[in-house]
Amino acid sequence: MFAISEAPIDVVRLQHGLDADGAGAVVCFEGRVRNYNEGRAVNGLSYQAYVELAEVEGRRIVEEAHSRFEVERISCVHRVGDLALGDVAVWAGVSAGHRAAAFEACRYVIDEVKARVPIWKREHYVEGVSEWLHPDSAPK
Amino acid sequence: MNYRLLYFASLCDAAGRAEEQVTSDARDARALYAELAARHGFTFTPDRLRVAVNGAFTDWNHRLADNDEVVFLPPVSGG
Repeated sequence: MFAISEAPIDVVRLQHGLDADGAGAVVCFEGRVRNYNEGRAVNGLSYQAYVELAEVEGRRIVEEAHSRFEVERISCVHRVGDLALGDVAVWAGVSAGHRAAAFEACRYVIDEVKARVPIWKREHYVEGVSEWLHPDSAPK
Repeated sequence: MNYRLLYFASLCDAAGRAEEQVTSDARDARALYAELAARHGFTFTPDRLRVAVNGAFTDWNHRLADNDEVVFLPPVSGG
């Protein structure tokens, strides 16, 4: 499951979506809004998505992870709109029989989402300006 | 030909709009981007952008059809 959400991410509900009788391991990643980036103080972020294509590409990534790793369930949700410090911007969770596959699949999903899904971040700086981020290469 | 353009992030800011209808003689994505870059002052070169037509990624030589929805995607920064 992959979704773009205008509403705050409900982490507990998403965790329950990973339930499976064969799941001996669950790995969840939360990407949260941080108060700095590249030496500048940040007090909020806005995310914009090309929702139609983002959901197609996100679902493709989840399908790829299912075919590459021995996992039970995969969910990933990315926020759009205005976010405050500490808000969850992206959540990825994987359940699997064993922890190695759960870690690897979760890492795969979040890395590919950051690199490929058409979502853009605008950073709001404490000094009063804001800028869209368009990194030259894959995000760190 | 008539095309529907969607703009995101800094391309949206540069164009001053999130979408527009364009009538153009451009027949492929590369020619259409060159025309719109000149009109709106887009500074990205095509090698930094991806192209989507009608909701699917495609390449710069994609032959456009009347009423296609065309999107030029600047480098992404989700997460």
